[in-house]
Amino acid sequence: MLGLEKKDTSLLIIVAILTMCAPFILNPFPADSAMAQFNAGYPDLMQRFVIFGIFAIGFNILFGLTGYLSFGHAAFLGIGSYSAVWMFKLLGYNILPGIFLSVITSGLFALLIGYISLRRSGIYFSILTLAFAQMSFALAYSVLTPLTNGETGLQVYNSDPQYFHSDAMPNIPHLFGQEMQSTYTLDAGAWSFDFNTGYYLCALIMLGMFYLAIRIFRSPFGLMLKAIKTNQTRLNYTGLNPRPYTLAAFVISGMYAGLAGGLMASMDPLAGAERMQWTASGEVVLMTILGGAGTLIGPVLGAGFIKYFENIFSKINDTVLHQWFAFLPDGIEDFLIAIVHPFVGKGWHLTLGLMFMAIVIFLPGGLVEGGQKIARKIRGKKAEDDAPAASDTTPAE
Amino acid sequence: MGILEIKNVGKRFGGLQALSDVNLSVAENTVHAIIGPNGAGKSTLLNCLVGKLIPDTGSVTFQGQSLLGRKPHEINQMGVSRVFQTPEIFAELTVFENVMIPCFAARDGSFKLNALNAVRGQNDIKETAEAILEDVKMLDKRHMTASSMSRGDKRRLEMAMCLVQEPKLLLLDEPTAGMARADTNNTIDLLKEIKEKRDITMAIIEHDMHVVFSLAERITVLAQGTPLVEETPENIKGHPKVREAYLGEAQV
Repeated sequence: MLGLEKKDTSLLIIVAILTMCAPFILNPFPADSAMAQFNAGYPDLMQRFVIFGIFAIGFNILFGLTGYLSFGHAAFLGIGSYSAVWMFKLLGYNILPGIFLSVITSGLFALLIGYISLRRSGIYFSILTLAFAQMSFALAYSVLTPLTNGETGLQVYNSDPQYFHSDAMPNIPHLFGQEMQSTYTLDAGAWSFDFNTGYYLCALIMLGMFYLAIRIFRSPFGLMLKAIKTNQTRLNYTGLNPRPYTLAAFVISGMYAGLAGGLMASMDPLAGAERMQWTASGEVVLMTILGGAGTLIGPVLGAGFIKYFENIFSKINDTVLHQWFAFLPDGIEDFLIAIVHPFVGKGWHLTLGLMFMAIVIFLPGGLVEGGQKIARKIRGKKAEDDAPAASDTTPAE
Repeated sequence: MGILEIKNVGKRFGGLQALSDVNLSVAENTVHAIIGPNGAGKSTLLNCLVGKLIPDTGSVTFQGQSLLGRKPHEINQMGVSRVFQTPEIFAELTVFENVMIPCFAARDGSFKLNALNAVRGQNDIKETAEAILEDVKMLDKRHMTASSMSRGDKRRLEMAMCLVQEPKLLLLDEPTAGMARADTNNTIDLLKEIKEKRDITMAIIEHDMHVVFSLAERITVLAQGTPLVEETPENIKGHPKVREAYLGEAQV
């Protein structure tokens, strides 16, 4: 189907079902229960899941396939956001021109930065991209204040021209009148599910981008990118020029990042320089490695995983902990809380860091490898029950 | 006029004159061996042919066109393939993918942005790749990851990758280095077979005299960066200059 192999088609369908049903899947606990803490089905959080999913899918095209580790991809995210907000300021709140421009400008910047950075490989390439991203951050933060509004961040004011805006149209980002913020809440007994327009738009775009990534992975172009990662010497002596291949991969992944940035601004019409900071670039590296670099589904999983932790674990404070351990005797309760405290709330980075270490050490292939191991165990047990069957050696992606 | 003409080539690394005044002509459809003791400049010469090094002086022409200043991938596209001392293959990819990549390079040139075609839809490429794997008797290993194969198989795979491009000139840099006797003989047979089937010129750099005398039609002896003698194998054996160069190390 759609020019994909059977295995890839089923993967695409699974991702489609998961994203379309996300409001249900992410809200498994009744709204009033103590476990409601762990519900993640809020519109803004769900939007972030899929937007960072797009960002990570794009990053994986560069890092997962060619092995070139860019440490400056957040720059393209920021450039995308600024472009989109400028379109809101100049043309109006319809998000299409903004998203379109964000992809174009980030692609152009990626062409420039990639052309220069790709003269080197390995750590030198990483440092060059990092330097470019930090320059972009510094420019956006101070020097280019007229363009970026500096520390305050770029936002839309009433005095902005907005040439195509009319009073009949909503005064917040919309797609032909459909407001991004509009949410339909479905109450089903104790449960409550939010269906948000912005989320579904982002999810559809992510599905499209995921499909595109599968096509790239399975194309001759993708094969060449994998070859670059494996052995550039042989590639050179096989009559292939690695430079345009890596540059094309860099530009494509930069455009993915720009799209993510544009969508971010479309959900919340604000663009700040901190979006371009090196920590943001590092985050997408973490997402990709955590999920499984070079796999199709890995980056999406990694993005969801990290954003979930960032938003859910950081919300657990001492009051919540007291509620959880209230049934215990006072002394033990305080003791347990003292132990758990550094790992939740503001300390969520600590938990994330430990999990990242565990995954990198025990599952170098990321969450995807973990999933494969579990699947193989289950399948192995079944095979033992039936008859000794040949194990599947091709890794599922 | 040979297919490959090397004229007055010199190359200096700092204080070391690696090559000086090398003149060599490789005739079309022959197997030409370049031998010489360690440090004679054999590998430097080869690197000057494929664009990895640029000689300080002299000229290198292939089919009348200069190779100087061209990048390795451009030289390959002109019809020159190279087999390395340690097999250079795409270790993380499957055998079949390894062979498909040079097929794409031969069909699409040094760069093509065909990001939306599926690899599995490329029937012409698949047929060519299958045919060459059949030729080197590796079709049954097509789904194996290249890194998991034995050294001899890696060598066969590398040769298949070079041959599938149908090069006019095949450069071999010690193709049997570090191989067991049986593997060496297999490689010799493979090269002989290739030579019989195709119109191909080969230039071999080799230490193993057994390989050299089994294959070569012309032999050039290189010593201290200059060609000493160029002769047929029969005349090389027992040539006084060659004995001198090798200091009696090889009983040729």
